[in-house]
Amino acid sequence: MDINLIFKIAGLGIFISIINIVLKQADKEEQAQMLTLVGVIIVLMIVIQLIGQLFDDVRTVFRF
Amino acid sequence: MIIIQIVGLALLSAILIIVIKQVKPELAFLLSIAAGLVILILIMRQVEAVIELINQLARQARIDMIYFNTIIKIIGIAYIGEFGAELTRDSGEGALASKIELATKIIIMVIAIPIMLSLIETILRLIPA
Repeated sequence: MDINLIFKIAGLGIFISIINIVLKQADKEEQAQMLTLVGVIIVLMIVIQLIGQLFDDVRTVFRF
Repeated sequence: MIIIQIVGLALLSAILIIVIKQVKPELAFLLSIAAGLVILILIMRQVEAVIELINQLARQARIDMIYFNTIIKIIGIAYIGEFGAELTRDSGEGALASKIELATKIIIMVIAIPIMLSLIETILRLIPA
């Protein structure tokens, strides 16, 4: 499950950069920018959940 | 063999980060954060075993549990603080990283106050009036 997360984020990054190149070629700069923003936000959500999990783990292990 | 898992994961994510960094540096940074988090979560299980062992030893030696819990808590705070500082330093915010480290030190000081007080009291009791 853990390694899948890395693959998910990396795949998302490659996918978004390809779509971005296509959109830039089609003279749609604004949409390309929005796509980048959405990609960053989606990955940020994944990372935030991961951070929450780590903090929960630390809290249980170190008895806060 | 968890070490093979961790090294493999780190190598793989490093390669993926290099690929993505050329086109999307911000996503590459998030990926590096995620890889670090996954490794830390993997290692937490081992830390739990170590702390359980130390806990058992402390119970056998009849050490006051308040002091023991404080020490464990301090280790946890240092762990989280170090993690946050490394992340911010990686993103190029060295000043923010130093602030996190300062905050960690101060919080550890505050938590250690009861231990220091009891130490001072013990020393005072040893000094003849």
